[in-house]
This record gives sequence, structure tokens and C-alpha cells, in this order.
Amino acid sequence: MAWVAACGLALVYVAPVAMMVAGSLKPDARVLAEAGSWRAISLAGASLANYRDAFIRVDLGRSLLNSLVITTSVVILGLGVNSLAGYAFARMTWRGRGWLFAAVTALMVLPFEAIAVPLFYGVSLLGWRDSYSVQILPFVANAFSIYLFYTFFLGLPRELEEAARVDGAGPWRTFVEVVAPNARPCFATVAILTFLTQWGSYLWPLMVTGGPRVRPLPVAIAAFYTLPPRAWGDILAFGVVMAAPVVLLFLLFQRAFVRGVATTGVKG
Amino acid sequence: MRGGGGDRLHRHAAAAMAAPALAGLALFVALPFVAAVVLSFTDQRLGSPLASRFVGWEQYRRLLADPLFRRAIANNLSFAAVVVPVQTGAALGLALLLNRRLAGRAIFRALFFLPVVFPMALVAVVWVVIYAPGPSGPMNALLAAATGGAWSPRDFLHDPAWAMPALILLSIWQGVGFQMVVLLAGLQAIPAELYEAAVVDGASPWGRFLHVTLPGLRSPLIFVAVVTAILAFRLFDQVRIMTRGGPNGATTTVIFEAVAAAFDRQEVARGAAITVIFFLLVVAITAAQRRLLRPRGVAR
Repeated sequence: MAWVAACGLALVYVAPVAMMVAGSLKPDARVLAEAGSWRAISLAGASLANYRDAFIRVDLGRSLLNSLVITTSVVILGLGVNSLAGYAFARMTWRGRGWLFAAVTALMVLPFEAIAVPLFYGVSLLGWRDSYSVQILPFVANAFSIYLFYTFFLGLPRELEEAARVDGAGPWRTFVEVVAPNARPCFATVAILTFLTQWGSYLWPLMVTGGPRVRPLPVAIAAFYTLPPRAWGDILAFGVVMAAPVVLLFLLFQRAFVRGVATTGVKG
Repeated sequence: MRGGGGDRLHRHAAAAMAAPALAGLALFVALPFVAAVVLSFTDQRLGSPLASRFVGWEQYRRLLADPLFRRAIANNLSFAAVVVPVQTGAALGLALLLNRRLAGRAIFRALFFLPVVFPMALVAVVWVVIYAPGPSGPMNALLAAATGGAWSPRDFLHDPAWAMPALILLSIWQGVGFQMVVLLAGLQAIPAELYEAAVVDGASPWGRFLHVTLPGLRSPLIFVAVVTAILAFRLFDQVRIMTRGGPNGATTTVIFEAVAAAFDRQEVARGAAITVIFFLLVVAITAAQRRLLRPRGVAR
């Protein structure tokens, strides 16, 4: 009984994805014509022509590269900067720590949408639009990532660091050689959350990119789909390429994904 | 063992470790937020040669008098009013379903969770196909089959009565997996002894649900409801891609209006005022969560 219900629900989840994949393999005109019947997922006459078209017509390769550059930059820089800050807050004594930490936690409630307009205004005045850096630098420091690292480091046994200190290691070496290797799960959670947010980011790149040069995938697919004539096969092929990296990573690191998203709920 | 010099070294290292992140937050989060408040009291436009003037509460007065902006707030509220209970309820149902022994449970869980990792822009474009007008559109075909052909096909995304429900349905489809995994974790944290004790007391399955499961899920339920409510007020991507706020303002939202003002029409000050209002709404929801979680949460 429960199993039948689960299968029925699974169908609701499989069908749109199956339609996207099958649609990406068939001629444009057949996508909509067959979408309303079981033939929506039929693979008769499948070809990769749409994928070729997507790479040529809208330069899917360029958008893919842009998304990869922006996302990996934010993830790597963010892991470094935020883990160090989390460590400084969790384990070190310095002037201003208390009120600065209060300020960081206060910033956690601020969704990006609340600052998008003035940030857009600022980068426009500076002539900073249409670049990679304007899509990377504002997202490196993240109050929520700092908080996640902070709570994780609080839970690590102090003995590890004390042993390192007795061996004569300074704070930096202690962090790099002792603390960070023991915090892999937290690094994984933060990396996944940052990756998901950046890979799907639409609002900010929509405002700051003017053309295809530095435009990431979400803005590119939205622009592609309004480009006449609407070639649905090509658009869905574009979609499959866009989904493939996240699906692949999800299948590889499913447990970390679920834990990461469940502990937070920042993904929007 | 550590002398004064070592202490200073330690403090310098701490400051250096925290500095890049704090500088980033100050420059890209705190400063823009202050700028939003300041800009909202001016008439600043982007690329205008005229100097900006201080106009007091004028932007807010105009916004609150603007029927389209009031429509946007009403749309966000009705979106939240449907999505928060329905999505939380559906997630609870899925979590209960997957919390029992079920062949292929891991596969089902992965499947229901999968859309959560998809970019919303992609989901929106795929659902444009699903909502395609005419009898061959998948949603139209499904409803026709379900009603034995009595359904007359419509253009969901251009129909004032159907555009918002269409956005609601796809948003629930995309997001329910998130609430599901949170509630699933919550269910697994409820001690089995509580259920055993309830069985000994002769509680029915329904009684066990009401008196063990629901109280045990209090915190995760409030958490997912609040997160969903905040997401409902951030609603933007689907709207921008699928309906552009239309038809006739039927699906416009607060953030859609902010972007339309600041980005499409270069009215930065108006956009800033909208984001300040948005921020106050989010703070109100967060404050409500804190109040809900405090009183009985401590006693338990």
C-alpha cells in the first residue's frame, strides 16, 4: 500500500525529468507535439543534434565555462576565508571578538535580496558590471558559512590543538595541519551549500551581466528560451547540460547533500 | 609557557584570520544594507544627470499607494498562505512514508530530493513545457484524462486565475524534498520508547501520531514552516522567467517589483525602499519563529 503510493509519487518526480531528457534528444517540433502523451518520453529517432545546436546557437560552452569559473572560485575562496574566520571566533581570544561575532550572526538573517538593489547601484557606479569578479567577490565572505564552521570548531576536542602547540606550532600551522583535516565534514557541507547557491544563482547575474561573455547558465537558459524561434529540443538539451553537474555531484555525495541542506535551509 | 610576546602574536594571528571575511561582510553586506536604507529616502536614479534629493518618506508613501505594489504584497502573502501549510503537510506525509520499512526507500528519498538541487531557472523552463497551452500540453492532457475529457485546455501561465496556482504547484514540486529530509531527521530523533509506551497505554496509530509524533516534531516543523515562509517572500526566479509578473500583475511579487524598479526602470531609490520593506517582513517572520520556539520548547 505505502509502496504503491511511493511509486505513484515517484512518477510525479520522474516524469518531468524524463520528459526533459527525452525532449532534448528529439527534433524541436516534436517536443511540444508529443509532450502530452506517453510519447513525451519515447526515444524513437533520438539524436544528439540538439546538443550540437545548443553549443552553436547560444554558445552553451561559454556559459558552462562561466558558471564553472564563478562557482568554483566562490567555493574555494569561501572555504578558505570563512573557515579561518570561524576558527578565529571559536578558538582564539582577540579584542572585539564578542561584538563582531554578534554582528556576523545578525547578518545571517539578511537574505541577499535585501541588499541586491544597493549593491547593483554601487557596482554600476564603479563600472564593475559584466565581469567575473563582480559575480565572485561579493559572495566569498558568508555569515552563515562562518557560523557553520564556528559551531563545528567548538565541538572539536581541544587536545588536538594543545598537542600541536606543545610541539611548537603557531596558530596558522595548527589550523592548516591539525584543525582543518579534522573538519572535513564541515568543509564538505559548506562547499555543497555554496556550490548549490552559486550554480543556481539567477537574480544577481541577471542584473550585472549584459551579454553572453560572462553570463552564467541560469541567465543564459532564461535568455535562450525567450529567443525566437523557440527551439524546445535545443532548450531542453541546454537544460540537461546545466543539470548534469549537480545531479552527478548529488549522486556521488548524496549523504553530504542531504545533511548540508537539512541543517540549514539556505538554498533558495 | 606563553609569554607576552606569544600572546600578542596569537592575537595578531586571530585578527589576520578573521579580517578577510569581516572585510567582505562589511563591504558587500553591511554597507549595501545601510545604503538601501539611505537610498530609500532619496529620489536617486541610475545614470541620471540630476543630483539626488532627500525626499523623506515619499518613496514609501508612493509604494503603499501603488495598486501594483499592494498586489505584489498580497500575492506573496497568498503564495505563503498556500505553500507553507501545503508544502509542510506534503513533506510530513513523504517523511512518514519514508520513515517505515519500504523496499527502495533510499531511491525514493533521492528522487523526492533531487529537484531541490536543480537550479530554479531550469525547473521554470521545463515547467513552461508542462504548462504548454492546447490539448497536447502535459498538464492539460493530464487534467483531460483525469476528468474523462471534460477539461477544456487553457493557457495556464497567461490565465489570470491560473498563473499563480501554476507557480505554486511547481514551487512545491521543487522544494518539498528539502522539508522532507528535515522532518525525516526529526522523526528519526524521536525515541522509540515513547512509541512503545504509547502502545502499552493502548494508543491507536492516530493517537500515537497526535501525542508522540507531532509533539516530537515541534521544532523541525516550526523550522521548515519559517524557512518556507521566508522563501515565499523571496519568490522571484520563477516569476521573472515564466510570467514576468503577469498577466496583469496576477503573479507579481515584492522582489519582482524591486528588480523591475531598480534594474528595468533604473529607479534605484524605489527599488531600495522595496527591499527595506522586504527586509522588515523577513525580520517579522524570524521574530515570530523565535517566539514560537521559546515558551514550550524549553520545558521539553
